[in-house]
Amino acid sequence: MKKQILLIPFLVVALIFTGCSDDDDTTPNTPDPVNEQEVITTVEVTLSDGTNSYLLSWEDMDGDGPGEAEISGATIPAGSYSGDIQLFNKTVDPSDDEYVVTAEILEEDLDHQFFFSAGTGLNVTTTYTDMDSAGNPIGQQFSMTATSGSGDFNVVLLHEPDKNAAGVPDGDMTNAAGDTDVNIVFPIVVQ
Amino acid sequence: MRKYITAVLLVISFMVNSQNCKNSVSGKVTDLHDGSVLSGATLVVLETGQSTLSDFDGSYKLNDLCQGQNYSVKVMHASCETMTFKLKVSRNLNRDFKLEHHIEELNEIIVSGKAYENQSSSVFENKLSTETLERFSTASLGDALKSLSGVSSLNKGNGIVKPIINGLHSSRIIMINNGVRMQDQEWGKEHAPNIDVNAVGKLTLVKSASALQYGGDAMGGIIIAEGLKIPVKDSLFGKTSISAASNGRGGVFTSQLTKSTKNGWYGALQGTVKRFGDLESSSYVMSNTGLMEKDFSLRWGVNRFNYGLEAYYAYYSTEIGILRSSHAHGAADQIRAINSNVPLVVRDFTYDIGYPKQDVSHHLVRIKAFKKLNNSSKLSLQYDYQKNHRFEYDIRVGSDRDTPALDLELDTHTALLDFKGALGSFDFKTGVMGRYQNNFANPDTGIRRLIPDYNKYDFGIYGVLDFKINERLQSEGGFRFDYTYMDVLKYYRNTFWEDRGYDVLFPELVIEQVGSQVLTNPRLEFSNVSATLGFKYQIDDNSNLFFNHAIASRAPNPSELFSEGLHHAIARIELGDLRFDSEVGHKTAITYELSTEKFNLTVNPFINNIQDFILIEPTGIRQTVRGNFQVWEYRQTSAQLLGVDLDAIFKINNNFKLSHQLSLVKGYDRNSELPLINMPPVTTKNEISHTNKKLKNLKIALQSEYVFAQNEYPETNFDVYLPALETTETVDISTPPSAYHLLNLNASMDFKMTNTSSLTVGLGIANLLNTSYRNYLNLLRFYSDDLGRNFLLNLKFNY
Repeated sequence: MKKQILLIPFLVVALIFTGCSDDDDTTPNTPDPVNEQEVITTVEVTLSDGTNSYLLSWEDMDGDGPGEAEISGATIPAGSYSGDIQLFNKTVDPSDDEYVVTAEILEEDLDHQFFFSAGTGLNVTTTYTDMDSAGNPIGQQFSMTATSGSGDFNVVLLHEPDKNAAGVPDGDMTNAAGDTDVNIVFPIVVQ
Repeated sequence: MRKYITAVLLVISFMVNSQNCKNSVSGKVTDLHDGSVLSGATLVVLETGQSTLSDFDGSYKLNDLCQGQNYSVKVMHASCETMTFKLKVSRNLNRDFKLEHHIEELNEIIVSGKAYENQSSSVFENKLSTETLERFSTASLGDALKSLSGVSSLNKGNGIVKPIINGLHSSRIIMINNGVRMQDQEWGKEHAPNIDVNAVGKLTLVKSASALQYGGDAMGGIIIAEGLKIPVKDSLFGKTSISAASNGRGGVFTSQLTKSTKNGWYGALQGTVKRFGDLESSSYVMSNTGLMEKDFSLRWGVNRFNYGLEAYYAYYSTEIGILRSSHAHGAADQIRAINSNVPLVVRDFTYDIGYPKQDVSHHLVRIKAFKKLNNSSKLSLQYDYQKNHRFEYDIRVGSDRDTPALDLELDTHTALLDFKGALGSFDFKTGVMGRYQNNFANPDTGIRRLIPDYNKYDFGIYGVLDFKINERLQSEGGFRFDYTYMDVLKYYRNTFWEDRGYDVLFPELVIEQVGSQVLTNPRLEFSNVSATLGFKYQIDDNSNLFFNHAIASRAPNPSELFSEGLHHAIARIELGDLRFDSEVGHKTAITYELSTEKFNLTVNPFINNIQDFILIEPTGIRQTVRGNFQVWEYRQTSAQLLGVDLDAIFKINNNFKLSHQLSLVKGYDRNSELPLINMPPVTTKNEISHTNKKLKNLKIALQSEYVFAQNEYPETNFDVYLPALETTETVDISTPPSAYHLLNLNASMDFKMTNTSSLTVGLGIANLLNTSYRNYLNLLRFYSDDLGRNFLLNLKFNY
């Protein structure tokens, strides 16, 4: 009796194995690829002086993957420019709502603000030219006065900054808190 | 079958000349099955008629017994069979008496408890009783476990508490809930066990992989949670507990009701609701740290002497807010958070749980049957099904604002067949396990899958032998084999696939090219062998020595194999490796246990050498649109963990007791000779407690917990250039916080309501001095202090 009982586990093992081998296809159903949402692959800043426009572009198609970003700056004459920032998610089809990220940012204008700074050697100043529904700047539209020099132009987009904190409405992000959505630099040469 | 043992002992002694009658016998009266102390047991010496009662912790003492004389001691307790023990007094004796519960209850233990009776005979087991667990009603299972030496926790805030045993956690620990191995995505650092602490009747900790019946991959240890005991008699009983806590301004309501009958049928129902708003540190509100938990469980079954059947269902659901300011988008945010003394987001207190948050539900169904074939052999069969659904919400923008960033469904089916028997002087256990698991990662999140879709098949077979060499020496040996097969479908980014060289190594895995991604079908196989060998030696009546060596093998988990992207929670990019092999650990543990009337001591040194230990470490910086992120890559190495756990209890008198606990663990990467990350710092807990049985069973305890600063850690800081400030700053993510000291106060009193019901009122103050501190093992330590003072009130009705 006892010895027969000992065989039971082996019987079950045999059953489990036969059970598995009946079904040759162990692979799960083919998953759909994920359409990455709210990824910012591309940042384009257009500077125009009324007649000419200059494009600053930053693009990293694989997001946090190992691929490097492609950055192109610009050489611009000294003068005054109006600036416009467009953000894209080029991992989705251009017909997709998510393709132009700028639209979403502007829909949630109270929660977003751009900040600009010029690195050593680059003499440019910026001022906001747009406003959210509460009368605070967004920075998607701005004006730039380029005097001289060359260096890095830093563009930062913060999500949920404290727009009323000291200095923030004037473009100083020191007290803004918030989460960084964009933080990149473009090389600019002013002639 | 009822069998009363009556006192029929004729002791004839002719040694009446010039005896020394000043000897005493002392010891403890405990429950044979779970070791819980039995207070109020009556002990009568039949020969002399003298009697005494066991006190609150089960201790008794009988004086004025004559040397060389044989005595019979009758021990009686309301809920137990009366037993008579024979003893010969040769000197002052220490003798513990173990009583059995009424026979009806014994049968019950065969169903739900027997499997746990001896997890492993050569490893000292730490246990938490219902009474201790009740103190953690408002907290979590991880918090309750932390009260044991050698256990610490990896926290994400205060709601997500993951146990660490002797320095190891996550998939290196097995959690057993009512006989079912939890499959709740335990690999993740921020995934806490999905068990309601209020549903647990008893918690056992085995700090070794030696309980092979549960699995062979418990490098750290095994945690076993069991439900409450159900007696086999006509009864209806229950308890309801209401707790309120000042910190978080919330509380817990938990209730259970059990109905049992004499003929073995029983049913039990249990439920818990837990609700907290934002928690507070010593000086500010930790915004978005609220919690909502709803759990319930059902048990129904029949319990006969020769057979039994039980169905069990448990539902666990929790919604936990994650500290709002912990959401760091890149190095610049991290620097701001670390440099700021207060969290960057501090709002007014609220009960609302915003984003980021976790929303997890877990269903567990178990059906178990057993049949006793004869007195020493038993066959049991178990099937269980678990469904774990985990949503993680992040701070998102626009139309995705309310879309989860992670949506994983994990379904697991397990069948177990176990046989327990005896062959001559050997006791043995053997069994087989088959498991099927499916993971589904919902693509609608719009975020690349953290864990890919997979099917996993596990098969295990084990055997454990127990052999009593002589009265004092018992040995144990076991062996287990596990086979794991994983069939995975995963999209890799082309850039990563090529960067890693997988395109050259594994071209055969590619199914198709989809845009910038490649769909692959890795099929992984792992064969793992685990074993245990040990003994227990009874040095004398008061002391024991345990020795155990366990070999554990663990297949790499999905996150170690497949991670390849940004982990928002800790603001770093994590990369797994498809090529990993199983880890193999060798853990040797020795425990010395001394237990006398005045003094209890356990000392437990251990050493754990792990080959192919999988760890994650920083390897570089990657630039993204949000600035720079640190890249952490998993790697295999040789690791060594060693340490000691110590527990000591001094009984000053019947009313006062001093308890001391020390946990020490050190971990090293033996290839690089660097310390391992996230090793628990040395911790010591000291407690003075007062008990007065006469004054409504008054209990007061003052506990001090001192946590040293971790002085051994790998340096993982990195430098980052901040274009806005044109400076390069070091992001200090490795320096551990300073040492801290916390005081906790607990008090309780019992009030009898009617003959069958009682009320226990408990009051507690955690972090009495409102100390501000940060904990090295809290993933949110960069962003906020830990919990401030907390007043707790608990009302418990037993009926």
